[in-house]
Amino acid sequence: MKPFFSQARLTPYLFLSPFLIIFCVFLAYPLYESAILAFSQTYGPSHRIWVGFANFKNMAADPDFWIALKNTFIYTLASVTIQLPLALILALILNQPGLKGRAIFRLIFFLPSLVGLVFVAMMFSLMLGDRDGLVNVMLRGVIPGFPQEFPWLQNYVMPSLILASLWMYVGFNMVYFLAALQSVNQDAIDAANIDGANAFQRFFYVTLPEIRPVLGFVVLLSVIGSLQLFELPFVLLGGPGPERSGLTLVMYLYQNGFERSDLGFASAIGWTLAILLMGLALIQRRLSRNE
Amino acid sequence: MNDAASIRRTKERVRWGLTYAFLFFFAAITLIPFAWLICASIKNANVFFTYQFLPLGNGFLGIDWGALTTTYYKELFNGSNFNFGRSILNSIFYASTTATLSTLFCAMGGYALAKFHFAGRDGIASLVLGCLIIPGSLLLAPSYQLLFRLGLLDSFAGLILPALAPAFGIYLFRQSMINAVPTDLLEAARIDGCGEWRIFFTVVLPLVRPMIGAFLLITYLGCWNNFIGPQIIIQTPEKYPLAVEIAQLKGLYSINYGLLMAGTLISVAPVMVLFLFLQKEFIAGLTSGAVKG
Repeated sequence: MKPFFSQARLTPYLFLSPFLIIFCVFLAYPLYESAILAFSQTYGPSHRIWVGFANFKNMAADPDFWIALKNTFIYTLASVTIQLPLALILALILNQPGLKGRAIFRLIFFLPSLVGLVFVAMMFSLMLGDRDGLVNVMLRGVIPGFPQEFPWLQNYVMPSLILASLWMYVGFNMVYFLAALQSVNQDAIDAANIDGANAFQRFFYVTLPEIRPVLGFVVLLSVIGSLQLFELPFVLLGGPGPERSGLTLVMYLYQNGFERSDLGFASAIGWTLAILLMGLALIQRRLSRNE
Repeated sequence: MNDAASIRRTKERVRWGLTYAFLFFFAAITLIPFAWLICASIKNANVFFTYQFLPLGNGFLGIDWGALTTTYYKELFNGSNFNFGRSILNSIFYASTTATLSTLFCAMGGYALAKFHFAGRDGIASLVLGCLIIPGSLLLAPSYQLLFRLGLLDSFAGLILPALAPAFGIYLFRQSMINAVPTDLLEAARIDGCGEWRIFFTVVLPLVRPMIGAFLLITYLGCWNNFIGPQIIIQTPEKYPLAVEIAQLKGLYSINYGLLMAGTLISVAPVMVLFLFLQKEFIAGLTSGAVKG
């Protein structure tokens, strides 16, 4: 029998030690602290007093919070209902047997997601110029009668954000869908084809059920990412934008925590966001377990 | 009989024609902003908004070459109240240190969870999964406070240390090592008297090489593009990475468009090149967690 403290027994713990140390110091401890902070008023980074639910009450009474929540929800909804179907369609097209140049198309569509949100925001801040921005010039070329002046960043902030994120993320999500589609059993599709199923029937009755787990994963990933939107509007609009039309929950957290130095209030916002996310993750797990 | 076959063939041809037309259209939309960015960084201010891409004129290929300029790039590196070259070095240092060390630590952790039986293993595995749903923004305020107390605010250490063993990486390496590393091989190496560290570096790591490539790049990209972390933690302008520097420049030089676009291009280009070298591993690694799990 091995002695209790043999090298063999200690090995796995040794391999795990960097993770465990960093987990304790930079994750578990801040998580615990944030729970206390959410119920505290802070004075500078090192003093605080317990204030109970005051932060949450102030937050609920702040119209900015509700604006941020609304904007974040609209953006998230758009990500799931516009971006993901588009990504799936693109993946289905790329997955056709016999298609040439699949790898190169996949590479091209994926490229924008490598560009950081800050840099995407920099590009779109000019491309969305109200008169001579690239987007307007292109739209004028394609849509007859498109107005000479279209003030994206003044009056159409949410569509601007959605547009920029479409360019950035459609290809990213497509890569997941394509990987899932490539693992779908081709025999089942061929069999359905022989039985006379048309393309839509083949998709909804054969392909879709098979890629359901990945679909759930991508939806969750997309929702988590969208709910934490910050850099894109922050740099694109230089802040919350006209009438706070680009204020998101994380920007609201940033403003309160780091511009007004209210770390307690910021933690309360953080927990609200975390509870939202965990709720959605639980729902997703329920749904995928019911399959 | 011949007719039916030729109709089918024509139908096929039309279908493929439409497919490729659609794909080329989408590829064009995807690539045009990149082309626009390159052009925007070399057009002089007079023609900046007159032409979307290269300025047209009487020169070779119908382009007014005289209206192109490298001023913005010179300006970027000779700026008097900002230091762009320094920011590039900062980004490279921050991203490569974090990527290298976190890949090593995640591979170690994933290996322990995948290939050893020990007390607390299942607990730690579920802890790792639990970490995945904690939103990073929740930790911003308390981490700021913690880094203040540790004296790590405004330092690269404050930026790098918390990012060194992400649960996401432990999870990815665990998943890939369960299948890619045969337990028999480990046993054989142990019987031959191989030490645990040697086994890890000479047997285990080579077997998950694609995942190492993918994770290195994922982490590198994540750091390179990270904005909110350094925006909060770094206060001295000499320590700004590119993402923060660019946002600062936008505030300072809001109408020097060429300068801003040149800066953006320089910030984006290196990760693109890196990606082109590692793209196969990258995409495989990115999707492996989703497709298997």
